Amino acid sequence: MRFVDEFRDADKARALAAKIAALCEPGRQYKFMEVCGGHTHTIYKHGLEDYLPEAITLVHGPGCPVCVIPMGRLDDAMHLAARPDVIMTSFGDMMRVPGSNGSFFDAKANGTDIRMVYSPLDSLKIARQNPDRKVVFMAIGFETTAPSTAMTMLRAAAEGLGNFSVFCNHITIIPAIKAILDSPDLRLDGFIGPGHVSTVIGCRPYEFIARNYRKPVVVAGFEPLDILQSIYMLMLQLSQDRSEVENQYSRVVPWNGNPVALKAIGETMELRPYFEWRGLGFISHSALKVREKYAAMDAELLFEVPGVRVADPKACQCGEVLKGVLKPWECKVFGTACTPETPIGTCMVSPEGACAAYYNYGRMHRTRVPEAARAAGSRAGGS
Amino acid sequence: MTAGRAEQVTDREQQVLDRIDRARRRRPKVREERVTMSHGAGGKATQTLIEAVFLEEFRNPLLEPLEDAAELRVPGARLALTTDSYVVSPLFFPGGDIGDLAINGTVNDLSVSGATPMYLSAGFILEEGFPVADLTRVAASMRVAAAAAGVSVVTGDTKVVQRGKADGCYINTAGVGVIDRDITLGVARARPGDAVIVSGPIGDHGVTIMLARGELDIEADLCSDTAPLNGLVAALLDAVPGVRAMRDATRGGVATILNEIAVAAGVGVLASEDDIPVRPEVRGACELLGIDPMYVACEGRLVAVVPGDQASEAVRALRGHPLGAQAAVIGEVTASQPGIVRLTTAFGGTRIVDLLVGDPLPRIC
Repeated sequence: MRFVDEFRDADKARALAAKIAALCEPGRQYKFMEVCGGHTHTIYKHGLEDYLPEAITLVHGPGCPVCVIPMGRLDDAMHLAARPDVIMTSFGDMMRVPGSNGSFFDAKANGTDIRMVYSPLDSLKIARQNPDRKVVFMAIGFETTAPSTAMTMLRAAAEGLGNFSVFCNHITIIPAIKAILDSPDLRLDGFIGPGHVSTVIGCRPYEFIARNYRKPVVVAGFEPLDILQSIYMLMLQLSQDRSEVENQYSRVVPWNGNPVALKAIGETMELRPYFEWRGLGFISHSALKVREKYAAMDAELLFEVPGVRVADPKACQCGEVLKGVLKPWECKVFGTACTPETPIGTCMVSPEGACAAYYNYGRMHRTRVPEAARAAGSRAGGS
Repeated sequence: MTAGRAEQVTDREQQVLDRIDRARRRRPKVREERVTMSHGAGGKATQTLIEAVFLEEFRNPLLEPLEDAAELRVPGARLALTTDSYVVSPLFFPGGDIGDLAINGTVNDLSVSGATPMYLSAGFILEEGFPVADLTRVAASMRVAAAAAGVSVVTGDTKVVQRGKADGCYINTAGVGVIDRDITLGVARARPGDAVIVSGPIGDHGVTIMLARGELDIEADLCSDTAPLNGLVAALLDAVPGVRAMRDATRGGVATILNEIAVAAGVGVLASEDDIPVRPEVRGACELLGIDPMYVACEGRLVAVVPGDQASEAVRALRGHPLGAQAAVIGEVTASQPGIVRLTTAFGGTRIVDLLVGDPLPRIC
């Protein structure tokens, strides 16, 4: 299939694997964080780690929107959905995330009116079809999905639709990256920058990482060759002692982002003083809320939400996984008490969650391609 | 695996993997207080429900293998018995409707069990207000499908429920067939070295239905693959009597069948993404939605396990039939990694193909 297959070419991958392996300095270990959950998914789904030498470790970052939703916000959403006058609408990814009293799926089985949508525009359609009900869109995601929420709000306003509102949980990526950089737990050598987020915000916002923290950043696409090439670009920067922001995904990501999308977000939403992230705690100026001008569409103002902070289950180590401190399988409950059927933590729910990706795709003996196994300092040999 | 590749799993990671293996072998338990949609999706949740509730209550040697049809031995004959209910929405879709689905699905469950399908029952649950014209249309396509498969609908039942208590029309069919060949089939019979074959492009039905619901604003020139498989099965068994097992890939898709093989036979399955036939339209829609065609339903495709040295003969036989023109070997049965299905990706890496919990959920971004 055109536009996909050329980015999954095994021959090109082998050539890149050899170039990456050649850049490994003997005895040195490299740790790169892929910030975005979409990248985590690609890495596992295509078996990309088979192409990397032992010296390179990929650390999975916090960029999975479902994973970082704190339990309290989900309980708030459940509370909203339980109102008989409300139709709750949500992306499919969100349906299985456990709150303190089960997931949206469980609530749906109990008779709560929760409907899965593919786009916030579908929620708008439901609102038009049900003028006597109040339709709430469970808005989640980074700058990637925020523009579609914003555009939907603008359209609802233009149509004068009075029964559509947004329960806004949009978050922003930069403060989360900064929190990780400032965390004493982790030493990283560079970042694979998020691709979809950058189509909106561009590459400039990452410049402080290269400048102040001296870490290279390569904004990457979502096909496996994109990711492999960005790892090569990171290795090249390190070998030349550079730390810059580079754009591997230039076929989609403009350096300055998408001004139309940014304007729509700016028009309808503003930064919250602080917001809780699952595992990362409260991070200041890290999330968006509905602007006062659009208060009539702000579900948090229209309805009463409990707004109670709910602690994560004790056994859950999602926080450590989201910060990249633990590999998914190093969590105490991974794969035994916490599985995709009965997730305890959010990382086990979304296909973009590091634990779900590892459990569904990576839970096995893996073997490196010979090109990667020949890297300097790796213990290559027979299996 | 390729010689010279270095193992990448540490001892500590291996301990965790072993622990998970033990956890997966524990007796299934339904933790939910109520039935959710996941319980009907054909994945892990469905399996848990069947094993924890139905198998627990009904347990007997005929049911226990949980094959597509039960084999009954009566004096002078081996019979196969199966039943299936059809709740598809929309009722009419490109390439078919609930009527031919209800005939073909049951015909196929009998066929892949090695039986010649003969007699079917049909039970209808109709919603008050359902147009008689639609019902006539459904019955007519059942008649045509039954004639094509060479079966007769010999008994039936009709119930009507109040408006809102059902979605138009549900159909249940049961079927009886005769196993007249001297064969024993079953996924537990798969052995290392066997080849795994699929009879044609996968995912057509599931994607057609998703698009026919009209919620996605995606259009594609695609039809359901609903078809009776008895002719194709006969062609295969005539050419390769040593076939170990067959399954028709419905809910849960080909991935689910590969997992059933791995678990039932205690073997590994290694499939190759490059070899799995998928139409570009199906791949395209799946890429857009972030779902994997391996989990998408078919209604006229079978997966067969045959001894490795008879694989090319089997493919030749399948390709000689119009429904098997694109049949292909998609993988092999291995002694290593028992219970696990691995896939060599088109990209050249490897990964697991596990059962899904429920329906594949579209990703956010």
